[in-house]
Amino acid sequence: MRTIFYIMQKEFIQVFRNRMMLPIIFLMPLMQLLILSYAVTFEIKNIRLHITDNDNSVASRALLEHFRSSEFYHIFGESADASFGMEQLKKGDIHQQLVILPGFEKQIVTGSTAGVQVITDAINGSAAALMNAYTLSVIESYNREVLSRSPGPPPKQVQVSRRYWFNPALDYKTYMIPGILVLLVTLIGMFLAGMNVVREKEIGTIEQINVTPIRKVQFIAGKLLPFWIIALAELAFGLALAVLLFNIPIVGNIFLIFLVASVYLVVVMGLGLFISTITNTQQQSMFLSWFFLVIFILMSGLFTPVESMPRWALQLNTINPIAYFIRIMRMIMLKGSGFQDIVQPLIYLSVYGITMLSLAVWRYRKTS
Amino acid sequence: MNEAEEKNGKVIEAVELVKRFGNFVANDRLTFSVQRGEIFGFLGANGAGKTTAMRILCGLSKPTSGKIRVAGYDVYTQSEKIKQRIGYMSQRFSLYEDLTVWENFRFFGGIYRMKSALIRERADRMLGRLGILELRDTVIASLPPGIRQKLAFSIAILHEPEIVFLDEPTGGVDPVTRRQFWEMIYEAAASGITVFVTTHYMDEAEYCNRISIMVDGKIEALDTPEQLKKTYNAGSMNDVFLKLARRNEEQKKE
Ligand SMILES: Nc1ncnc2c1ncn2[C@@H]1O[C@H](COP(=O)(O)OP(=O)(O)OP(=O)(O)O)[C@@H](O)[C@H]1O
Ligand SMILES: [Mg+2]
Repeated sequence: MRTIFYIMQKEFIQVFRNRMMLPIIFLMPLMQLLILSYAVTFEIKNIRLHITDNDNSVASRALLEHFRSSEFYHIFGESADASFGMEQLKKGDIHQQLVILPGFEKQIVTGSTAGVQVITDAINGSAAALMNAYTLSVIESYNREVLSRSPGPPPKQVQVSRRYWFNPALDYKTYMIPGILVLLVTLIGMFLAGMNVVREKEIGTIEQINVTPIRKVQFIAGKLLPFWIIALAELAFGLALAVLLFNIPIVGNIFLIFLVASVYLVVVMGLGLFISTITNTQQQSMFLSWFFLVIFILMSGLFTPVESMPRWALQLNTINPIAYFIRIMRMIMLKGSGFQDIVQPLIYLSVYGITMLSLAVWRYRKTS
Repeated sequence: MNEAEEKNGKVIEAVELVKRFGNFVANDRLTFSVQRGEIFGFLGANGAGKTTAMRILCGLSKPTSGKIRVAGYDVYTQSEKIKQRIGYMSQRFSLYEDLTVWENFRFFGGIYRMKSALIRERADRMLGRLGILELRDTVIASLPPGIRQKLAFSIAILHEPEIVFLDEPTGGVDPVTRRQFWEMIYEAAASGITVFVTTHYMDEAEYCNRISIMVDGKIEALDTPEQLKKTYNAGSMNDVFLKLARRNEEQKKE
């Protein structure tokens, strides 16, 4: 135990004596939160919509009124000729075109299915998906209005209702920030400990440690713990920023977040340390770490919904620690999930962490 | 000291030590032994294989073959036991440059599981002896090379090992500091620490009790400095070394 303490003491002194380190550790979360939550927004306001109403009835005008009153839409043009809207779409002047075909009101009155045509500029796929989702929700709110007014018992066939649970305002920031915090903790965890070991290899000081009777577990623990503590402090800082600066609600238990984070950190730090044992320079180590990070981040569901991934990708995600942590973070922060809800992935992360750490200890060589 | 060692007073014993890197033979069947309390010099040109052999003796590198015991323990199976009993000052400067003098003492003392009071006591005594007590809280990076090397040596023997391995401890240091460094070595030897030292400087060879001269991975000569000079009919160790090198060149041509 004392040996581990002496390593930790040394690491803390070195980190806090390094002029670059503190700004990096505390500016990084601020910058990431600012940039990622404001700049990379998928949230779309002012969808430019062209309307072609070929029915021109009370019903069609009522539907249009729903679009007009929505804060997401900006009615960019109206014409009786759908091809006019098509032109605008091609030029990129508008995002969406809504066409109401003749007979719309009649269909509603007779109780058959009424159709409208929505054409969306899908050059940006995820933006298109989001615009479609908005359009659907507007049409559904209209649907509900029609149903509530129709006489007699409600129709047997229940309408599929699409509501945005847990994030009712569809606020992009609320959705992104738990994920960004995960990235933050991941970067700190993955790089600080691992790079530290490789740096000692490069400078040659590791020889001086390897020639002592220190045990391999003590060495790895001594390298892990200081950065584990720093990463958790970083998470606390990031969470505080999220709440104070961005008004992100934390619905669930904050201690649960830290419990999961502390386990998760062992996984990524174990991976980082393992990489440090199989590489000799910071360059090699960086390269390998980023290789894993990029794959893990892109597949994590942070930027693209996991649901839309192919089967093999989902299977690959079972070994993606970032995917687990992002899912759990969103569950706790946005849904207020409790221990019972996350215990299974938590156990999985624990096993994963112990495995990575054992690998790092096993692979660390005092005698080459 | 354990039984095997007690019998013959040999703290280092290597028989047919071989180290290969791929096809390259860095250490070619080295056989030598070092007595307790001895100052043993390991000489050789650049690339002769000195560091390679020393790292094997310290348990930092696995030998390809050979029978090697250090402090009575086997390097293949008991390297961690060996590490408890040796100190090592590597060829590359190996103190933490961003830590202060005292922080380096405290860290390495702590890793060797020394009590903090003992670390403090010995560190102060060593710094006092070097006359640099006032540098206790100075960061290593701002110290001149001579002082750094003396500190590195002090830290290598902080835990009072049985054997200390010094890999070119006086590389790139002025003659006065080298002298002082050798006084430290003598003091350590007088306190019972066996010293195993590599060097390029032939005048330093004269300070050793016995020396081995390595050429291209082989030990070409091993004896006391006086005896070597007699054998090779040379006036100084420098001449001995040159004669050996020349003989080796001629053998290669044939
Ligand atoms: N890890 C390694 N892989 C391959 N070759 C190596 C390795 N380490 C050392 N060598 C080679 O073994 C030879 C002996 O190297 P070594 O460092 O032991 O020499 P040395 O006598 O200490 O030289 P110097 O006086 O320059 O320190 C050199 O030719 C070196 O290139
Ligand atoms: Mg060398």
